[in-house]
Amino acid sequence: MIEYHFRDWLRGDNVKSVTENLSMKVLVGIKRVLDPQVKARVKADQSGIELTHAKMTMNPFCENAVEEAILLKEAGVVEEIVVVSIGVAKAEETLRNALALGADRAILVLTEQILEPLAVAKVLKHIVEKEVPNLVLVGKQAIDDDCNQTGQMLAALLGWPQATFASNIELQDTDATITREVDGGLETINVNLPAVISADLRLNEPRYASLPNVMKAKRKPLDKITLDTLGLNTANRLTTLAVNEPPARAAGIMVATVEELVDKLKNEAKVI
Amino acid sequence: MSILVIAEHDNINLNSATLNTVAAALQIGSDLDLLVAGHDCSSVATAASQVVGVNRILVADSDTLNGQLAENMANLLVSMATEYNHILVSATTFGKNLLPRVSAMLDVSQISDISAIVSEDTFIRPIYAGNAMATVQSSDSKKLITVRVTKFDAASASGGNATINPISVSEDSGLSRYVGLSASESERVELASADIVVSGGRGMQNGDNFAMLEAVADKLGAAVGASRAAVDAGFVPNDYQVGQTGKVIAPDLYIAVGISGAIQHLAGMKDSKVIVAINKDTEAPIFQVADYGLVADLFDAIPELEKAL
Repeated sequence: MIEYHFRDWLRGDNVKSVTENLSMKVLVGIKRVLDPQVKARVKADQSGIELTHAKMTMNPFCENAVEEAILLKEAGVVEEIVVVSIGVAKAEETLRNALALGADRAILVLTEQILEPLAVAKVLKHIVEKEVPNLVLVGKQAIDDDCNQTGQMLAALLGWPQATFASNIELQDTDATITREVDGGLETINVNLPAVISADLRLNEPRYASLPNVMKAKRKPLDKITLDTLGLNTANRLTTLAVNEPPARAAGIMVATVEELVDKLKNEAKVI
Repeated sequence: MSILVIAEHDNINLNSATLNTVAAALQIGSDLDLLVAGHDCSSVATAASQVVGVNRILVADSDTLNGQLAENMANLLVSMATEYNHILVSATTFGKNLLPRVSAMLDVSQISDISAIVSEDTFIRPIYAGNAMATVQSSDSKKLITVRVTKFDAASASGGNATINPISVSEDSGLSRYVGLSASESERVELASADIVVSGGRGMQNGDNFAMLEAVADKLGAAVGASRAAVDAGFVPNDYQVGQTGKVIAPDLYIAVGISGAIQHLAGMKDSKVIVAINKDTEAPIFQVADYGLVADLFDAIPELEKAL
């Protein structure tokens, strides 16, 4: 097996090795979410979070997934990047952003329904069966519902292996070696391809789209499909009974000196 | 109403997160089994049998479960699932990796990261990194749940007398292979599991200055974290980041140094039991969540703090 290192110039010591002449197709699932810099405000009727007129953006972990696909394409391992999102018509903005970053083609599955991860996985499975990618990349979790489920569920429904919380990916022609960020350190696994890989923050540093690329992205292909036409059962199983503010923290005190701080931590809070 | 808890372990020791998850399960019902799945994991089974409130320890011991790969573990759990109404696991990287795969195979919508139990089918879970709490009711016949372990007091690890029962294991999926685990390069404790965390923000001015925080952390046996601003400025690597897009942590003591307290940072640490903020800006939002606030120049206060410890 002939291998070469393609990313040392890009990513310092984070080198990945691949076999030559791979021409894979990668599908990346992305979600449009409330901008993480914006405070989530609970609606007065407790039905959810106020999103009307709120600034929306691509889920940060999805940005890592898109970036990884682009890096793989720049390294000559991947030939085509297809990005998929499921949601309202405005999710087109998020897909156009991915196209501006470097994706080749986009698919928007239109629905007003807020799908649970299981339903999202069923829709993505449908798309995967049509597109037949060698690899699916997703973010490890969406920062709105914080479920951390979709990638694993998609892998299960497809009968594919999964590699979650990836901080490094090495692709070979029939398998991939992935470093995973786990609580105890870094775990390495090897999975057959095709596989579903979910991106953690350390996988890469997402780029910004340049203005010329934003303009070019407007002309890249974007297919729209209506969820209802897919004939899938995407009914929700969970009912949200209420969404509330978290309990507020009790007011703290100001200390005047480091000495007073250490005294409080030792004798009042008893944490050191 | 039978409940299965999946034990987290490294084939030698039972991970303490399992005790918190057992405690959560006991709020749902008392007919509780604990699955210990791994390879050469008999010491874990013995320890697990002492956990108070568990009826049976089910031991799946096989070389196909070495590394507890999601594919083989999920096949095992699906084969066991008919007996149980509830299946719970800690919302650690172990549980988060495994349970969604099982849920999808059972066509169940998983309930992630619960922080409280309202009834056998209704749970409270944080969304938007804890900026809101959702109460959700499941209509699935089975409930598959991951548990935020910092929200439940641990079950007692001694005094129980569960029976130990070997169970059969399905064959290798052939889809994936476990290569190994390298513990963190740092000598310091992991950010996610540390009891004390010392974090720096943009106020640290550069990466070299983080050595000051490391000195304090070493005295406290603490992990070192950072705000996104510090990471984006290139002071420290990505994996230091505490916040909505980084690690969400809840240590006993969180010391925020030169961190203004952006919303997305607060989301990652405001469940900490005690929060200390050191910042020279009196108006910094971090003081609104701090139990103890010190308005000071960190370049004076941090060396002084290190000496005082």
